Amino acid sequence: MSEDKGNRRDFLYVATAGTGAVIGGAAVWPMINQMNPSADVQALSSIEVDVSDVEPGTQITVKWLGKPVFIRRRTSEEIKAARDVALEDLPDIDARNANASPVIGETETYAKDSNRSLDETGEWLVMMGVCTHLGCVPLGDAGDFGGWFCPCHGSHYDTAGRIRKGPAPENLPVPVAAFVDANTIKLG
Amino acid sequence: MAGIPHDHYKPKTGMQKWFHERLPIASLVYDTLTFPTPKNLNWMWIWGIVLTFCLALQIITGIILVMHYTPHVDLAFDSVEHIMRDVNGGWAFRYLHANGASLFFIAVYAHIFRGLFYGSYKAPREITWILGMLIYLMMMATGFLGYVLPWGQMSFWGATVITGLFGAIPGVGSILQEWLLGGPAVDNATLNRFFSLHYLLPFVIVGLVALHIWAFHTTGNNNPTGVEVRRKSKAEAQKDTVPFWPYYVMKDLFALVMIMIVFMAIVGFMPNYLGHPDNYIPANPLATPAHIVPEWYYLPFYAILRAITFDVLFLDAKFLGVLAMFGSIAVMALAPWTDTSPVRSGRYRPTFKIAFWILGFDFMLLMWCGAQPAEGLVPLVSLIGAIYWFAYFLIILPVLGWTEKTLPVPETIEADFDAHYPPKSSTVK
Repeated sequence: MSEDKGNRRDFLYVATAGTGAVIGGAAVWPMINQMNPSADVQALSSIEVDVSDVEPGTQITVKWLGKPVFIRRRTSEEIKAARDVALEDLPDIDARNANASPVIGETETYAKDSNRSLDETGEWLVMMGVCTHLGCVPLGDAGDFGGWFCPCHGSHYDTAGRIRKGPAPENLPVPVAAFVDANTIKLG
Repeated sequence: MAGIPHDHYKPKTGMQKWFHERLPIASLVYDTLTFPTPKNLNWMWIWGIVLTFCLALQIITGIILVMHYTPHVDLAFDSVEHIMRDVNGGWAFRYLHANGASLFFIAVYAHIFRGLFYGSYKAPREITWILGMLIYLMMMATGFLGYVLPWGQMSFWGATVITGLFGAIPGVGSILQEWLLGGPAVDNATLNRFFSLHYLLPFVIVGLVALHIWAFHTTGNNNPTGVEVRRKSKAEAQKDTVPFWPYYVMKDLFALVMIMIVFMAIVGFMPNYLGHPDNYIPANPLATPAHIVPEWYYLPFYAILRAITFDVLFLDAKFLGVLAMFGSIAVMALAPWTDTSPVRSGRYRPTFKIAFWILGFDFMLLMWCGAQPAEGLVPLVSLIGAIYWFAYFLIILPVLGWTEKTLPVPETIEADFDAHYPPKSSTVK
């Protein structure tokens, strides 16, 4: 081959194939995109939850964005158990908390119990009730660490909802949540 | 490889000639039905017909069920109960469809293990084998999608766990999972698309089955000796074969009748034996059943999924489990290339036979593991079972091909046949 120079016919082939690919892509994309969440599903959803009836040592489960959210009012023993755990004992050291950001000097928010709970005292723990393994709902007051246990594939979470044992890779995520008044938590 | 010489369709009447010149469909049907088939096929060669029957049964009963089913989260469960209680004969159609799926998978596993034992996957039948694996994958997808439709607890949580598999893929996982579900969780959008795809995929399977049959009619059937049909002349081929119609059609239909006796007894007397009681509880997104178990036909692969409980380098256990599960089917599809033995049939391979039967036992063991809660020894046993599964395809098959001392293979199919059924008198010859 003397010179790598296309002729007019080559140009037409490439131009036709290129145009065809663009048109094909333009036709296929809407067919793929229609399967993405629709506008009503996507509509930003936030709910307010009345927690005045929740006693220490109990929890409620509310449905938010189609998924369960655990709101637990922890006892002092549960808080102590969670705060006594060393970071080295945690498979996932990230707090997984949508409300927390790293303190100055640290690159990430560590999964200390104080970085997981909603309030300073640590009494309120709010998190998605969706196992980070394959999405089952863990059972409360269960498992080897007194927290949650996922019956599907045997993941154990501690009293701060952090993964301790089993196949789940991450701590139960804490969603955007805040107290709007003493008795009401707003999710989202 | 030249085709097996045989008689082709000849239009006789003027009408047949007129039609044949315009659309040679009679020729296609005739040549397919009278295809020369090895005369020494044993009872393990009946499963193809059983599978074809199952596909037809599932499509017909499915079309009927759709006439009464409503794909909506608020109505799906009730519409299934409506089918069971109110629709004329509805209970029978639903139980036939639900148990038909089980028969379908019993037959496909028998068919696959038949192929593995007699080396049906080896050259020149690699394309037949790959098409078969694709059909099997499509069957698994269709079965899963269909199980979601009654919208019971197992439907909902099975869908959550299985779509969660895609969420485990690093990087794109969560976007892909949300795209599959049509929202943040399994909901109405999910149910609707699963219904649409559950109706579509069986027709994709029909197309793949046509290619599967076309492929092995091009190469000719394998047979228990693994020796090819002689094809130098029609007379020679006729010594090794009989036409599919009527010989094998009748044999296969007899086998199908025997299987139907058992199948209809199950449909009539114990239709929920293979199901899970939890699926008669309407789906509840806030409560997971204590023990999520897939249908029995997924259990071996579910056990492999759960067998990986440790991270390797930067890959977490969850993603590795998913890779292992899909990988266990991929290595099976690679068998034509990993099996290096020049001898096709397991009948003449003494060491292979042992490895093969261990694989069969391994499959049953994994099936048992998949049904158990993931505690105690179960994860370890699953891991050992998964390792053997991969080792069989990736280590044992290639190594045996080089080291094994095989038994003598018969010269021809006719010789093997005559050894089993000696010709009655020499005058026949």
